[in-house]
Amino acid sequence: MPRSKQPWLIRTTHWANLVFLVVMAGSGLRILAAYPFLGERGRDYGWYLLQGMRPPDALTIGGWLAGARHWHFAFAWLFVANALVYGVYLFASGEWRRRLFSPRRDARNAWGTLLHDLRLRREAPPPVGLYNGMQRLTYTGVLAAAPLLVLSGLAMYKPVQLSLLTALLGGYDAARAIHLLVLAGLALFTVVHVVQVVLHPRTLAGMTVGRDLGPEERRAPRETRLPEEAP
Amino acid sequence: MSSTRRNFLSGGLRSAGLLALGGLACDGDRPHAGFLGLMENVNERFQRALFDPGRLAPELSEGEESAPEDFPAYKISRELPVAPAGWALAVRGLVARPLTLSVAELRRLPATRTRVRHHCVEGWSAVASWDGVRLAELARLAGVDRRARYVEFRSFDSGYWSSWDLESALHPQTILAYGMNGAPLQREHGAPLRLYSAVKLGYKMVKYLTEVSFLPVRTGGYWEDQGYEWFAGV
Ligand code: HEM
Repeated sequence: MPRSKQPWLIRTTHWANLVFLVVMAGSGLRILAAYPFLGERGRDYGWYLLQGMRPPDALTIGGWLAGARHWHFAFAWLFVANALVYGVYLFASGEWRRRLFSPRRDARNAWGTLLHDLRLRREAPPPVGLYNGMQRLTYTGVLAAAPLLVLSGLAMYKPVQLSLLTALLGGYDAARAIHLLVLAGLALFTVVHVVQVVLHPRTLAGMTVGRDLGPEERRAPRETRLPEEAP
Repeated sequence: MSSTRRNFLSGGLRSAGLLALGGLACDGDRPHAGFLGLMENVNERFQRALFDPGRLAPELSEGEESAPEDFPAYKISRELPVAPAGWALAVRGLVARPLTLSVAELRRLPATRTRVRHHCVEGWSAVASWDGVRLAELARLAGVDRRARYVEFRSFDSGYWSSWDLESALHPQTILAYGMNGAPLQREHGAPLRLYSAVKLGYKMVKYLTEVSFLPVRTGGYWEDQGYEWFAGV
């Protein structure tokens, strides 16, 4: 039997991550609303164009600052635990080989996919195994950004007890900016990601029930035999 | 009714009950209750485990001080609180020698200056320097009993108060300040005496102090009782 396209651990952690990330983003935006400026008092960052703009209430969770902080610091643990389960599984199972970006295998394919998506090239390069190169590149980027989200959060939470970490990130106010920028990046990713899923609904079945027998897979039935995995 | 069906029904009811509880369990209006309250306890343990009584917050240079107008001053009274006539600080509770100290007496005690980043629960940070007496010094003078685990701070700002774990209160950068940025403490910043610390969020630092009590049990605080986190270390 061929390996499941999306093993249940990846499916479960993916959807749990969606829930936790929504809670983290919503409560985080409510915390930001208490002081919607970046940069230390009297030295606002000039590059931040949304100085003083409160995030709309509809995007926030927690109701008020104390409620939102409790939500945020409660679900941060669940978010991290879920990410650790995913990360450990990704490497322990060897799944990383067909999911993470590898320049040799994916760079040319990613470029071709990008040109196709921008309507600059008619032909889309076929996926190499599970994903195409552009998918691997963005997913790997998201996975690399997630630790930065957690580290910058810890740097703000404990700027004295973890003062080395805070200093490494450029200080308390820099950590706050990094935290928000990574969130903005993830939000942007999610929008593009959902658009892609809508355009390729078959992938949703894969991520939900694990199986996917669409033409792409039929065209490449031996998707688990990637070059690196060949004996 | 067959037993399997009964099991099924009771199981369903139980799940529905759990679901309803789950809904109640995260209520931002009651952050100390339910799952959020449980996780506040987990986070307090995490913070206490991280806390190192000997770790100092980085001392900053004079050039990093915020301009006076960039260091906000919050109070809960409508008007700037005025010190009662004959103001003196009371140190009491589980101590061998309760103390009453005027500002002049406080100024005669070993003085210390700390200039660290201030972290507000709202998310802003600013820098000022603070002159005063280490709370650990007062604890030594008063002879704090070994049963004391908590410290409560009271003020004349319409009943504003807070309480701390003893370890944070005795940290070398936790002081009772009578001066700010090289000048006597201004009224809006808590004159004649305020609590200042590198290891807590701003709302834990009670201004307009009247009383410091060493206690065996934890009490609450003005913001803490409304839902803000009690430990609030940084
Ligand atoms: C409504 C929101 C979302 C939907 C509908 C969705 C759907 C999907 C689907 C269908 C796939 C599989 C793609 C394929 O098989 O070609 C996938 C993969 C992935 N998604 Fe999402 N997703 C959502 C939100 C998110 C969020 C918020 C994140 C993280 C910030 C995320 C991160 C990922 C990652 C990293 C993968 C690759 C997983 C792996 O290969 O291990 N997704 N998503």
